[in-house]
Amino acid sequence: MGEKIVFNHKELDLSVNRLCWQLIENHSDFSNTVLIGLQPRGFRLAQKIHLKLKELTSIADISLGSLDITFFRDDFRRREDPVAPNQTDINFLVEGKNVIFIDDVLYTGRSIRAGMDAINSFGRPKQIELLVLIDRRFSRELPIEPKYVGKTVDAIDTEKVVVDWDQGLDHKGRVSLIRE
Amino acid sequence: MTSLSVNHLVGIKELSKEDIALIFQTADNFKSVINRPIKKVPSLRDITIANLFFENSTRTRLSFELAEKRLSADIVNFSAASSSVKKGETLIDTVNNILAMKVDMVVMRHPNPGSAKFLSEHVDSRIVNAGDGAHEHPTQALLDSYSIREKLGSVEGKKVVIVGDISHSRVALSNIFCLQKQGAEVMVCGPATLIPKYIHELGVKVEHDLRKALEWCDVANMLRIQLERMDVNYFPSLREYTMLYGLDKEFLDTLSKKIVVMHPGPINRGVEITSDVADSDQSIILDQVENGVAVRMAVIYLLAQKIKREE
Repeated sequence: MGEKIVFNHKELDLSVNRLCWQLIENHSDFSNTVLIGLQPRGFRLAQKIHLKLKELTSIADISLGSLDITFFRDDFRRREDPVAPNQTDINFLVEGKNVIFIDDVLYTGRSIRAGMDAINSFGRPKQIELLVLIDRRFSRELPIEPKYVGKTVDAIDTEKVVVDWDQGLDHKGRVSLIRE
Repeated sequence: MTSLSVNHLVGIKELSKEDIALIFQTADNFKSVINRPIKKVPSLRDITIANLFFENSTRTRLSFELAEKRLSADIVNFSAASSSVKKGETLIDTVNNILAMKVDMVVMRHPNPGSAKFLSEHVDSRIVNAGDGAHEHPTQALLDSYSIREKLGSVEGKKVVIVGDISHSRVALSNIFCLQKQGAEVMVCGPATLIPKYIHELGVKVEHDLRKALEWCDVANMLRIQLERMDVNYFPSLREYTMLYGLDKEFLDTLSKKIVVMHPGPINRGVEITSDVADSDQSIILDQVENGVAVRMAVIYLLAQKIKREE
């Protein structure tokens, strides 16, 4: 098993910072924009971005929600180990809003498709954009492309991208590529 | 744990404590789903469920039907009143005929105790017991415990009294199993004629004085008097039963603590409980009904998860 670092702590911080500035560039005051983190791991990134955006813009009320896609997945009864559902927490309206989906790794695109189905249960957004920290290009099974990307990674199926937010005691995050 | 230890929901007796916890966690998710503007998920869109009701039911049937529809399952309904059962067909034949139409799961209510277990052993389908005679009514017990958990934070360590017609009640037996598995203390209360002689062997307390029972408990589950199941007179009159075992607001207010009042429905207002108790802030009767849909969605979803997909 080999491990290759994709992002060290410093690069990860820089990348999150850059993604935030790109969001600010496109959504300025976030009055009609909401952030939705896809459960479970995307929400962690969404929380980081939410915090950073508040710091950079001094806007206190940027909406952040979490979305669980378990019941909308297309592999129900196909998996050996069933997926345990997570919490969905969206306490604002998404009708007519610009929704930004946030996930850590974009792989086949199936989770994002399920997410697009799931968000419709809460209303009809004006548009949905996708932000991912890592884009595993060449692995897509559906026509889904992100608008904001931290880093593009070329990886084969036997490799796994691991985003670890709590590396060590100093809570420094990192992203690594693990070959099984 | 992400899947149930059983393939059918025949009774609470067969479930483990972990199964019950998994059903409740899943029901939490479904409760959030049924409170969204669009109250539907597509998980079961390739599953067909038959609701077989060999005995009358309104709320359980509606609740199951709604749960199945909110999971996007296809459903077929069957009631004994309009079927070939009247023409002498056996239960296995009836169900096998329905299964031949490619049905994946059967929700059944039947007047004979043990019918759900019998069916689960003889037909190739997932079985959900929606009440078998005076034996078990597992989804009702699950939704009752779920409602207690929601109101009081947990079921463990709570004292629950089940009042009324214990002998003829499948709700009582399932509730006893369900509450005990989660670490609650259970008491039954009612006239001696309506309490099975050996019920204490299940580890439940028996009390015939309603005031003592209510002073002891955190939660009172007031059962309906099942006149339709009574072949002889178990008490002199309904009026006398109400005087001794009926709960009114005045009685409730004289208790030393605020207890939670439950009722599995349908309520005979003025018999087991008065209208002002049923509609008071201590009653969680309507929460039970709402939770019924979420809990049934969880049960059906978790059982459907175990149906292998045909490739």
